Amino acid sequence: MSQTVTEAPATTEPRGGKAALSEGKKAERRLGLLLCAPAAIVMLAVTGYPIAYSIWLSLQRYDLRFPAERQFVGLDNYVAVLSNSYWWTAFGTTMFLTVVSVAIELVLGMALALIMHRTLVGRGLVRTVTLVPYGIVTVVAAFSWFYAWTPETGYLANALAGDGAPLTEQWPSLWIIILAEVWKTTPFMALLLMAGLALVPDDLLKAASMDGANAWQRFTKVMVPVMKPAILVALLFRTLDAFRIFDNIFVLTKGANDTSSVSMQTYNNLIKGLNLGIGSTMSVLIFITVALIAFVFIKVFGTAAPGSDQGGKR
Amino acid sequence: MAVTTGRKARWALIDVVVVVYALFPVLWIASLSFKTKETLADGNFIPREWTLQNYADIFATNEFIRPLINSLGIATIATLIAVVLGMMAAYAIARLDFPGKKALIGVSLLIAMFPQISLVTPLFNIESALGLFDTWPGLILPYITFALPLAIYTLSAFFREIPWELEKAAKMDGATPGQAFWRVIAPLAAPGVFTTAILVFIFCWNDFVFAISLTSTEASRTVPAALSFFTGTSQFEDPTGTISAAAVVITVPIVLFVLFFQRRIVAGLTSGAVKG
Amino acid sequence: MAEIVLDKVTKRYPDGALAVSDMDIEIADGEFVILVGPSGCGKSTALNMIAGLEDISSGELRIDGQRANEKAPKDRDIAMVFQSYALYPHMSVRENMAFPLRLAKVDDATVKQKVEEAAEILDLTQHLDRRPSNLSGGQRQRVAMGRAIVRSPKAFLMDEPLSNLDAKLRGQMRTSVSKLQKQLGTTTVYVTHDQTEAMTLGDRVVVLRGGIVQQIGSPQFLYDHPANLFVAGFIGSPSMNFVPATLEEGVLKSPLGTITLTDRVRRLAEAADAPREVVAGIRPEHFEDAALVEETHRASGATFTAPVDVLESMGAEKYAYFTVEEELATTAELQELAADAGATDVPGGGSTIVTRLSASSEAREGQQLQVWFDADRIQLFDPSSGRNLTYSG
Repeated sequence: MSQTVTEAPATTEPRGGKAALSEGKKAERRLGLLLCAPAAIVMLAVTGYPIAYSIWLSLQRYDLRFPAERQFVGLDNYVAVLSNSYWWTAFGTTMFLTVVSVAIELVLGMALALIMHRTLVGRGLVRTVTLVPYGIVTVVAAFSWFYAWTPETGYLANALAGDGAPLTEQWPSLWIIILAEVWKTTPFMALLLMAGLALVPDDLLKAASMDGANAWQRFTKVMVPVMKPAILVALLFRTLDAFRIFDNIFVLTKGANDTSSVSMQTYNNLIKGLNLGIGSTMSVLIFITVALIAFVFIKVFGTAAPGSDQGGKR
Repeated sequence: MAVTTGRKARWALIDVVVVVYALFPVLWIASLSFKTKETLADGNFIPREWTLQNYADIFATNEFIRPLINSLGIATIATLIAVVLGMMAAYAIARLDFPGKKALIGVSLLIAMFPQISLVTPLFNIESALGLFDTWPGLILPYITFALPLAIYTLSAFFREIPWELEKAAKMDGATPGQAFWRVIAPLAAPGVFTTAILVFIFCWNDFVFAISLTSTEASRTVPAALSFFTGTSQFEDPTGTISAAAVVITVPIVLFVLFFQRRIVAGLTSGAVKG
Repeated sequence: MAEIVLDKVTKRYPDGALAVSDMDIEIADGEFVILVGPSGCGKSTALNMIAGLEDISSGELRIDGQRANEKAPKDRDIAMVFQSYALYPHMSVRENMAFPLRLAKVDDATVKQKVEEAAEILDLTQHLDRRPSNLSGGQRQRVAMGRAIVRSPKAFLMDEPLSNLDAKLRGQMRTSVSKLQKQLGTTTVYVTHDQTEAMTLGDRVVVLRGGIVQQIGSPQFLYDHPANLFVAGFIGSPSMNFVPATLEEGVLKSPLGTITLTDRVRRLAEAADAPREVVAGIRPEHFEDAALVEETHRASGATFTAPVDVLESMGAEKYAYFTVEEELATTAELQELAADAGATDVPGGGSTIVTRLSASSEAREGQQLQVWFDADRIQLFDPSSGRNLTYSG
């Protein structure tokens, strides 16, 4: 048997520059690209081109009712939209709805998550039932609320609103929209938060109680900090989603009485007004706002963009 | 530590509150759908006179049957395509090393957060030009696009949970990459694929923005869009009962999904969002 | 059966990190070779390169004299046992073991026969139709072995196959792995960070550190003649004690007293051109309770007296721990070893000397004890390069 001793060389120069990729590696790259190509092509074709096209349209006067007057107008559309009080009302309404409903959802969602996580009886039942609002078509739920708050037909209107018709007044309408939105999306929030709760080790909570923390302190000092990434992701998802609110408003008020959201405004300009130039301008503005919200969440709060982790790669 | 009856009772009470919260609007619209025309406006939560007339009405007219067929067809086709494409991409993202991977993740993230309404204007125009407006493909395409990020995230989270060493082991056992995928990874991924399909289907089934903007007739209008047009048509003098019946009909499949696949849906919804 | 040759094999990652550097190993047909080293030393990377699961950046891998760098894993005819076992959860034990044969399109009768043979060898016959999830850790491990042996590959690669088992089972499985390998006579490369496995299993051991081969040799040879501080510290359990010392004309001044070197050690040190400052290494088993050493024997060693800090009685032997006032020798190698053992900073300051005494020693905790050690077994190391100055291979 040979006994060898190797003097440890301090550094070794790489030999022969770049090594050719082996067959396996090349095949892996090819396969990777091949597998992703269809998904990437579809996504880019249906979003990339239209986005570019919509920016182009937003710089034109283009009304389908008067196609002959189509012309390049630069930023005129933006000036028109941004100096329009309807736009700002809709923008304010959207922001209000987003902030209030997401805030309520966070509180309720956290409560629901804790219930689903900790309940001693009927855990399966609670989890199943909670998914119902998530699964139900938004329009269906919106109709349910609509009828509930319609005078005479609706038990809620009859019971709570007296003689008035809440869906014909601005503030009651807004609160009903928030109610519908919160009901529908709290379960989703709760599920995301529950996944975060599952990451809080039981031992940590036990240790905290041994250290003398009461239930509220355990929640605020241990659970919430550990769950922070999950909370931020849930908030990011829901904020961006809430900002696109459309279905509920469409059914509940059709945007009457200053309850219109920016998405409603865009829809009205496009489908009802057939004004592609203004519609596109609004689209671009919504897109910019959403990008800003995402930017604030990711850069300022340090939300981990979902899917960005490469943890499971190798 | 024995759980006291008192604590159990308290939890049971909380559970009841949650159940009522979640089911209230659903039961209400179901109740409306069973009311007769005469009692429709009585504001009672439980119908005083029960009838199936509203269901008979909606199934007697194309105004509901046609959108129902559209909804089923469009959602099913979009789900199939999105899951197949998503599966390929998610496998590549979770398992393979190739250039442009980060870009793909970035793009799909962008789309997941994208306000759909921003696409409605250009898509409306493009589809009109291409003759896709108010057709099945006209809806299927955007559905696939917006379902793909969901599918890719959920699936790649599932794929990541499959131990990477299994694939190495398969290679060492003499499998080609293709064999490693079909004989080892695919069987293990099946539950994840199924879950993803449910989530994507719910997404397509639920959509309203595209359905109402990119359709104009019964040729491709889906139920959510059609529901909002029930109002004011001459066929139904008072559409409340029929809208409710239609709403119940399209809610049933979702409730069934939820009942049977609760565990999987929860796993699917939470998989992509939190790093495990 | 095959011989495997690594010829200046290097793995450099795209970010420039060097995982394995110029590895030269010749593994003879039927040989059992262990790659051992602390985590991150490149042993798993080396194994994956032999398997074909990672690319070789430069150098050549030859299996049976043929260049194999570019071959896909499936074309190398090598079987691998993974740390996590990597059993296919959706297949029964039988299907798991049959999988490589099915991929090779072996006919059903042969598959059945070979699987049953392997199950017989591994005592898995009654578990063949169970799923991996219903098996114990040891059974899973055996299934993983079974999947490797059914197709009689050219070589086995094992990546820490026993590290997920509890201590007792690990001991049993170690013996059966060794028996199995001898029975089959198949070339085996075995990766571990456990020096006990390295000592007991292999024909030869390759010690790795930072991607560089430190020494290759039989376990006993590495134990007796470590090439450097790192190997000396890594091989042997408990590990060798190291103290700083000064060497002047054959006399060693150390925290353990002044020691006159034996002629043998002295000649070796002179031949190696030893510097004045050295690190002296003594294995725990080369100490003894001075009261138990015969007078005639005493002269060949030296003694020191110190209070016993901790005494561990193992039944067959006793371990006595002493604290030395001065700092113990620290070099990069020793720090790495300490970090690997998870003992970077032991509270209390000072430094601990571990000694192994006979069970009949009357040492007591807290009491002074005179300890003798064998001066001929002292090894001297160069503190800057780590080189063994008393190497006599």
